Amino acid sequence: MRSLAIGVIVTGLAAPTLSAQPLEERLPTCLACHGESGTSQELETPSLGAQHPFYATVQLFMFRDKLRVSERMNETTEGLSDTELQRAADVISKLPPPQPVSDNPDATRMERGRALGEKYRCNFCHQRNYTGHENVPRIAGQREDYLLKSLRTYKDNSRYGYDAQMSEVVYPIKDEEFVELAYFLARLK
Amino acid sequence: MTQLPRRCAVMLAGTLGAVLVSTPPAAAQQQAPLPPGSPLIGQPDTDAAKRLAPIAPPPVPTAVDKLPLDKLKAPKGFTIEVYASGIDNARTLRLGDKGTVFVSGRLKDKVYAIVDKGGTREVKVIASGLHRPNGMVLHKGTLYIAEVSQISKIENVEDKLDNPPKPTVIFSDLPKDEAHGWKYLTVGPDEKLYFQVGAPCNICMPSERHAKIYRLNLDGSGLEVVATGIRQIVGMDWHPVSKQLYFTENQRDWLSEEIPEDKLNRVTQPGKDNFGFPYCHQGNIPDQEFGWGRSCDEFTKPVALLGPHSAPLGMRFYTGTMFPAAYRNQIIIARRGSWNRTTKTGGDLVLVTLKPDGTFKSMQPFVTGFIQNNNYVGRPVDVQVMKDGSLLVSDDYNGAVYRVSYGPQRAARR
Repeated sequence: MRSLAIGVIVTGLAAPTLSAQPLEERLPTCLACHGESGTSQELETPSLGAQHPFYATVQLFMFRDKLRVSERMNETTEGLSDTELQRAADVISKLPPPQPVSDNPDATRMERGRALGEKYRCNFCHQRNYTGHENVPRIAGQREDYLLKSLRTYKDNSRYGYDAQMSEVVYPIKDEEFVELAYFLARLK
Repeated sequence: MTQLPRRCAVMLAGTLGAVLVSTPPAAAQQQAPLPPGSPLIGQPDTDAAKRLAPIAPPPVPTAVDKLPLDKLKAPKGFTIEVYASGIDNARTLRLGDKGTVFVSGRLKDKVYAIVDKGGTREVKVIASGLHRPNGMVLHKGTLYIAEVSQISKIENVEDKLDNPPKPTVIFSDLPKDEAHGWKYLTVGPDEKLYFQVGAPCNICMPSERHAKIYRLNLDGSGLEVVATGIRQIVGMDWHPVSKQLYFTENQRDWLSEEIPEDKLNRVTQPGKDNFGFPYCHQGNIPDQEFGWGRSCDEFTKPVALLGPHSAPLGMRFYTGTMFPAAYRNQIIIARRGSWNRTTKTGGDLVLVTLKPDGTFKSMQPFVTGFIQNNNYVGRPVDVQVMKDGSLLVSDDYNGAVYRVSYGPQRAARR
């Protein structure tokens, strides 16, 4: 705890290069963008609450080793050890699950999204309540813009998955269907 | 360093206290029962359905003392040992003329060399920053590497292991699809590079460029189609006598638990063979969507059916002399094992024997035990016959290479 607090003060004052910092000093930076309560308020930045440690670990490895490209995440994970990445995933997994969008969902759109999830079998790998399992991420309550971005970048092959399963899955799915799936998942309670 | 967005930075200063106290409600992992009328009621939530997702290997190799060696079983007289460990996502295996074993993978960016120095083995990274470098072959001292959308080479690679140059690209006019984008690469008796472009989907009508086997001259010129109608291939080898190309082919998912079966195929009419995708699966099942108005009789039949969803990948004709005579010139196939099936199948090496005319005679288990209690303890991907006749086996789940030998001789354990 002490080192965490010190790390934050240092970050706040001088913003030194992240790659020189151990995990505990970087975590507040991670949570500031991704949401310290598990729900992100930041544009196209995913909520990480209750994310499965296996999935989160794999993504962190991919960011550090530049197998998944995101300038900010590549920098944030640079220089972290394998154990630090695994610890970061554990911290993420213990945050509360993300809060779904709390507007009054359009029942027709929700039903359309639910049916698409069944049609394309999203509900098998991601589980019927979309909380995921091991290497398959929790997507219930995820940010709508991030879901849409993920689906679109899997489709245009600019997001590299760990295996390429998602690129295979989204192959037959149309963009307007992505929009409905993202609407449904972001509001799923 | 990229500046954090202002908003993140502001939050960082303001919410630190909350970060420190709000961490561990472990109950977050528990799932609340669905409320009455929930649109999710009625969807599969059984343990069986939970197992129907692809299984990803851990992102770090398994420590050598944790490898599942004691679980693996081979016929009497065979010995299995660890040849090398700590090789991330070890998949394709190739042997150099000077005894170097090359290993490449699908999930990470590196190609490794295992150098045997009289009992001790050293693992070196010889190329990195590659995009799914699953395809790899050696020919006359040159290492060829096939990534998703390009093929490159390192000449005289075994002389440059300590200071390898960046691979030189020889061909890059390939689709960039991630799905089934990883390649298998081999050199034919005609001294051409053979590789496939898989279907970019589970089941779809592929474009003109997809679902084919191609060949290229060693300098990257002269692209030609060798065969069409393939879904995805991760193993090819040449019959040592007939010189015909045999290959394993992975068939579509989600048709059923029991069908279609994955295939062993043979190219008998280069440039003409069509293996049926997406119209016909396992040689006799018309696709439920694309099969209408077509007949499986239009397509080249498989040599053998290798089990539903069993994922047969690497294969080699056994050309050594160490194993019993019954193995000679027969095929050893690594079945990586199923994910799209409630009860896992595959997860083994099988021996497929052929009749003198090159057609199927028998299939029997060779090395088994990668599936324990319906879970993977390892997943075999490729095999490589060594000069002494022993067989190497890669395991991409554990990042390891095993050696299978026959007879009383004691092999050096690592």
